[in-house]
Amino acid sequence: MKPVSFDYCAPQTLDEALDALGKGGPSASILAGGQSLMPMLNMRVARPALLVDINRIGSLARLAPAPDCLSVGALVRHADLLANAEIRRGWPLLAEATSMIGHPAIRNRGTVCGSVAHADPAAEHPGVLLAMDATVVIASASRRRELPAREFFVAMLTTALERGEMIVELRYPRLPAGTGTGYVEVARRHGAFAIAGVAAALTMRDGVCQSARISVVGVNDTAFRAEAAEAALRAKNLGAAEGARAFAAAAREVAAVVNPIDDVHASSSYRRHLAGVLTQRALEKALARAGGN
Amino acid sequence: MAKEQRIKLSVNGRTYEKNVSVRQSLADFIREELNLTGTHLGCEHGVCGACTVLLNGRSARSCLTLAVQADGAEIVTVEGLGAADGTLHPLQDAFHRNFALQCGYCTPGFLITALELLRQNPNPSEEEVREALSGNLCRCTGYQAIVDAVLSMAGKPLA
Ligand SMILES: Cc1cc2nc3c(=O)[nH]c(=O)nc-3n(C[C@H](O)[C@H](O)[C@H](O)COP(=O)(O)OP(=O)(O)OC[C@H]3O[C@@H](n4cnc5c(N)ncnc54)[C@H](O)[C@@H]3O)c2cc1C
Ligand code: FES
Ligand code: FES
Repeated sequence: MKPVSFDYCAPQTLDEALDALGKGGPSASILAGGQSLMPMLNMRVARPALLVDINRIGSLARLAPAPDCLSVGALVRHADLLANAEIRRGWPLLAEATSMIGHPAIRNRGTVCGSVAHADPAAEHPGVLLAMDATVVIASASRRRELPAREFFVAMLTTALERGEMIVELRYPRLPAGTGTGYVEVARRHGAFAIAGVAAALTMRDGVCQSARISVVGVNDTAFRAEAAEAALRAKNLGAAEGARAFAAAAREVAAVVNPIDDVHASSSYRRHLAGVLTQRALEKALARAGGN
Repeated sequence: MAKEQRIKLSVNGRTYEKNVSVRQSLADFIREELNLTGTHLGCEHGVCGACTVLLNGRSARSCLTLAVQADGAEIVTVEGLGAADGTLHPLQDAFHRNFALQCGYCTPGFLITALELLRQNPNPSEEEVREALSGNLCRCTGYQAIVDAVLSMAGKPLA
């Protein structure tokens, strides 16, 4: 349980880090919170030749809630989001999902951007990123680009990041007035990775659904938006009886598009069942929180 | 970019300056270079919590932290809790009184984790205690006595 030998640098600025990453080529890795990378190093599943530790780059710790958008820099830890009252109020979906990640010591160190870059299919952050149509800001030594969340996750543990690139920031838009959100998951115990989880947001006006966003984690090889289920809710009246029918229909749409794995934690059919049930529960939570709209 | 680097850090209030291999974990550094063997290693991949220490006042897995990353940091391990004359810290005393340990392997990690909780939230509910301790595994006690010990500290001074 000891890592292979590697070179290590801890630059003080982003430019130096991007430079080191570029020169390091395919065998260089960013070290952020280390809560996913260090276990892989200890188990020798990952064998990078160079670690570029970004923990000394103060500018990356920027966490900035603004009227239209929340910026989350590459060194913002899960615990930083939870400690911020403005985020709990303005971006409740992000706060709710983050509270279910791991344990205090994990949340103190692990970063939001690291979780998105790692792209574990059962992780909470990719689901929230998709549900909120957030933007991933990417930089390398030679260029900067922005990608919508929907273009970022490619396959299990695989993203659109190219060699020499890192995530420098995530931007979460503020959801429109009249929106309620809910995140629910089932895990073996608090803090374990989700067997299945669903993030939902409903924007309501006069009891009618203006827009629905549903993303699902833990069941397919990446987190994904359940577009057919969203379409089934749009423009629907979500009053008591109609709402229950519409949510059940959305749950069926989700169960129909998932393709879950079988493993020691849960069978494929149980995960499919959960994806449907959790969709319904997340939607109920979101609707209740959309309040009088 | 050497494979070795000189680091200077404070552990339990004492300053140390040493050369470390960059791939050495903070846990191995504390145990093998400083001979502070109260920090235990159960899994070396973040799951059991036995190696938890305070890093600049916040709990962290020392098996998932490199020693070089602690350059300039302040670390507290279980050895830093009690007084120099061996008097137990009030939280250690609460563990003692509540039979919250048997073999003791997990205890250092539970103490550090519970200390952080009580500093942030001096009056936690049972649910909050269980959530905070959810990342620490104990194979002996069945947890109830540990939860009782932490709850018995509610509202009490930590020093
Ligand atoms: C016991 C335990 C329980 C956990 N439970 C959960 C859980 O319930 N839910 C959950 O979602 N996660 C969980 N985690 C993982 C945790 O959330 C990690 O923090 C997260 O997955 C990775 O973030 P990090 O900052 O630690 O990244 P690191 O471990 O430092 O890096 C992970 C990967 O991402 C790359 N990377 C990091 N930052 C960037 C960046 N800015 N740009 C490009 N690449 C980057 C690294 O090179 C590496 O490949 C758990 C971890 C442990 C040890
Ligand atoms: S040894 Fe570090 S968490 Fe188990
Ligand atoms: S007392 Fe033995 S593992 Fe906890």
